[in-house]
Amino acid sequence: MKLRKLSMAALALGLLAAPEAFAQGEQFVPVTIYRTGAYANTGAPLMVGYMDYMAMLNERDGGVGGVKLTWEECETGYQNDRMVECYERLKGKGPTGAAVFNPLGTGLTYAILEKAAADKIPIVSLGYGRTDSTDGRVFPYSFPLITNYWSQSTAKIKFIAVKEGGMDKLKGKKIANVHHDSAYGKETIPVLDEQAKKYGFEVKHYPVAHPGLDQKATWLQIRQARPDWVILRGWGVMSQVSIKEAAAIGFARDKMVGVYWSGSEQDTVPAGDAAKGYISAAMHGSGTAFPVVQDVIRHVYDKGKGNGDKKEIGTVMWNRGIIHGLVNIEAIIVAQAKFGKKPLKGEEVQFGLENLNFTAERVKALGAENLLPPFKTSCRDHEGQAPVKFQQWDGQKWVMISDWVTTDQSIVRPMIEVSAASYAKEKNITPRSC
Amino acid sequence: MADLFFFLEVLIGGLLSGVLYSLVALGFVLIYKASGVFNFAQGAMVLLAGLTFVRLTQILGSEHPWDGMFVLALAITFAVMIALAFAVERVVLRPLVNQAQIIMFMATIGLTFFLEGAAQGVWGSQVHRLNLGVSELPIIIGDVLLPPLDLVAAAAAAAMVAGLAVFFSRTRIGRALRAVADDHQAALSVGIPLQSIWVVVWSVAGIVALFAGLVWGAKLGVQFSLTLVALKALPVLILGGFTSIPGAIIGGLIIGASEKLAEVFIGPLVGGAIENWFPYMLALVFLLFRPQGLFGEKIIKRV
Repeated sequence: MKLRKLSMAALALGLLAAPEAFAQGEQFVPVTIYRTGAYANTGAPLMVGYMDYMAMLNERDGGVGGVKLTWEECETGYQNDRMVECYERLKGKGPTGAAVFNPLGTGLTYAILEKAAADKIPIVSLGYGRTDSTDGRVFPYSFPLITNYWSQSTAKIKFIAVKEGGMDKLKGKKIANVHHDSAYGKETIPVLDEQAKKYGFEVKHYPVAHPGLDQKATWLQIRQARPDWVILRGWGVMSQVSIKEAAAIGFARDKMVGVYWSGSEQDTVPAGDAAKGYISAAMHGSGTAFPVVQDVIRHVYDKGKGNGDKKEIGTVMWNRGIIHGLVNIEAIIVAQAKFGKKPLKGEEVQFGLENLNFTAERVKALGAENLLPPFKTSCRDHEGQAPVKFQQWDGQKWVMISDWVTTDQSIVRPMIEVSAASYAKEKNITPRSC
Repeated sequence: MADLFFFLEVLIGGLLSGVLYSLVALGFVLIYKASGVFNFAQGAMVLLAGLTFVRLTQILGSEHPWDGMFVLALAITFAVMIALAFAVERVVLRPLVNQAQIIMFMATIGLTFFLEGAAQGVWGSQVHRLNLGVSELPIIIGDVLLPPLDLVAAAAAAAMVAGLAVFFSRTRIGRALRAVADDHQAALSVGIPLQSIWVVVWSVAGIVALFAGLVWGAKLGVQFSLTLVALKALPVLILGGFTSIPGAIIGGLIIGASEKLAEVFIGPLVGGAIENWFPYMLALVFLLFRPQGLFGEKIIKRV
């Protein structure tokens, strides 16, 4: 009995005296993931790709600038309250605290937006998030990078116009916006209304209740309305059901254009033959024919150190994880050039994010040619205004059917500035001058 | 005329959806009838059955719907659901005999988390396609569109309900099930083997879950969201009553038709996407007038 008590005491002392789990020379990167819940099948492979990229840098280069990358997963289950818990749990980890958060959900981003700004930790919402936070003068710590929702929407309308024979041919056309009834889903309503006014097409919005298991009522209305095009703004199970319901009412799949988040194998494979011909916006390429992907296979998976299933390599969501890695780590590289090759604080990484410059040469040097679009950020522009490609499902795989389509900033930027200014007024924020 | 066709189309679509809701509701009713337990885990059982089946078809190498390996996968999943019934009775229910219903209910919440975690832990959280060999091309009569999968599912569900109704009313086991539902102790005292009755009823609920998993899996893809179809069954239960099989069917039809009609004709006036909450509101209004549900038993207690 005495021995047992002694052992327990020794164990307790040992735990108290245990060294910090992260060594002093390491850069801590929090990983908020959802391996469970309704959206796990799309959320998990993305974050796995992100971790695989960091693992590859550790194996191939010994980290970034000699600083090893470390990370810890926290399960959010795509729930806003759990995102806040994960943020609080991870923000102070590592020798310098969390470098940058990637919430992976628009609602999740909104949940920590103000906290992160107060703590001076940047949030990257790559292809999602709060659109007006593109205005870095009002939102210094939020980065809806590459292409925000509104910019993506303008590229989509341009793509539809090309298919119709020119921007002037949009006049009188009917477009149905079938969207998830959530912060994410509603985000593009204002910009679509604005574009409808400018180009003379008619847009009608059809909200689909979360999670979108049964959409018959919506699609029967679409059958009645007979639109020329459908924009699908789905997420998770909603997208597959929409594609199948479109087939059920006989709506042509090649007249349906999904957003970034409705354009992965998870959206098309379960829909079977119904998905053939379906089009979606593409932030990046899919497949494995990119040097950076080959490096991950060679340095991580071939050594048995992968964070997920090898079968997911090259899928749209896993490649988006690689894009997350390329962008987040590039920010650390840029920040290291200014602050030195050491573990950096969130506010130092923020400098890196504000000074990204993915030129064609830099993209090639990173092994991501044709995978990552070229773009450049600034204090004023936290997006980068990257162009968008469009892809089509051929029944087996995604095939690119367009070159990079530029976004229409003449519509987007003024709307962003008005919305951001209104936020600044409401929150009593003095915008930075830049 | 076009408006009439559209109304009919929405109504029929709603009724067919309602049959699919009834399928899930049936699993709840079966267990509630036999044990007085509201089985929170019914949705998780649908997920487990669907995921086990689809992964087995992949592992066994089934190439076409209803080929040999497809049927073998179905048989193995059937066995898994029966094994689950034995396990639930032995591990969860037996230690809780004669405990308050709320304790049994809490135990099924725990079971939900276990089944969801185990199903995804063993088979992964990826989404899988399930092809039952039913054409996806719509049938159009007049100008009314009818989805073939929903028609086949409705016919199969009708056959299943008829079979269950006969099982409950005409067989000894069925009568024993009803006795157990009324009073555990009284049933035990007249020699009804409580344990085996529970195994039977959880097995039947497991098979209903498998059927629901196949139909909903073919519609949605087999994935975690299958657990959420249980949410569609709750207003059906409130409306139809927790103890009535016909109630689950009629309740499903009313809920299905009314939510679709409401979404199409009222939705646009209030911003849309009302079909998630409208059935609950309808069920609540209904409860004001008939608290025991449409076909539920009116409980009269002597005081």
